[in-house]
Amino acid sequence: MGQLIIRFLVGGAIVSAFALLGDALHPKGFAGLFAAAPSVALATISLTAASEGRGYAALEARSMIAGEVALVAYAVACTYYLGVRHTKSAPTAVLLLGLWGAVAAAIYAVALS
Amino acid sequence: MVITLNLGALRRTRWHEYLTRFVLGGIVTAVTGWLASRYGPVLGGLFLAFPAIFPASATLLEKHERAKKRKAGIASTIRGRLAAALDARGAVMGALGGMAFGAVVWRILPQSSLSAALVLALVSWLAISSLLWYVRKHHPWKRPARSKPATR
Repeated sequence: MGQLIIRFLVGGAIVSAFALLGDALHPKGFAGLFAAAPSVALATISLTAASEGRGYAALEARSMIAGEVALVAYAVACTYYLGVRHTKSAPTAVLLLGLWGAVAAAIYAVALS
Repeated sequence: MVITLNLGALRRTRWHEYLTRFVLGGIVTAVTGWLASRYGPVLGGLFLAFPAIFPASATLLEKHERAKKRKAGIASTIRGRLAAALDARGAVMGALGGMAFGAVVWRILPQSSLSAALVLALVSWLAISSLLWYVRKHHPWKRPARSKPATR
C-alpha cells in the first residue's frame, strides 16, 4: 500500500510538472509535444528500477515502445476528429481511449506475449 | 518561429484543474505499478504510454479558448476544438519521440546508472519530438497558404 501511495504522489507531481510546462509554452503546436511527454514512464521507471532492479525496468521500457505506437494512433485519431469533424473534446478524447487499448492489446498479442 | 515560456498563461488555469491533473497522473502511475506487479513488466510497461492527462488537457484547452473568444465577442465553439486538435497533433510527435525514450531506456539501462539512462532518454525524446515538430512546421514541400481573391 505504501508503495502505491509513493507512486501516486511521485507520478502526480511529475505529470503535473510536464502539464505546467505544456501550459506555459508557446506556440501551442509545440506545447502539444508535452501532452505526450513520458511523465508516467519517468516516475514508474525511477521507482521500479529502485525496487525491482534495472533489468525489470528495462523490460517495462521495451513494452512502452508498443504503448507509444498505440498513443500515436490515438493522437492521430484525436487530431482528425477534433480538427476535421469538430467533435467535442471531452467525449472524443475519452472514447478514443478505447482505440489506444485496442492497438496496445493487438501489439501485445502479436509481438509481446 | 521562436519558442517562448509564458508564465502568465498559468494564471488561466484554476486550482481544481491542476488538482485534477495531479490526481489523474497519480492514479495512472499507481495503477501501472500495480499492473506490473500483478501481471508482469511486459503488460505493465504498455501503460507507461497511456494518455493519462490528454483528455483533461484537451477539455481545458477547448474551455479556455472558448472563454477567450467569448470575451472578445466571438461566439464560436469551433476555435476551442481546433486548439485541442493542434494539441493532439503535437502529441503525435511527442509519442513518436516517446518511442525513442523507451528504446533508449530498454537498451541503456541494464548497462548504466538509472540517472544516466533517464537523462539520455529524456534528451532523445525532446530532440526527436522537437525535430519532427520543426520539420512539420517548416518543411519545404509545405503548400502555400491560400490567399483571398483580390477585390477591385
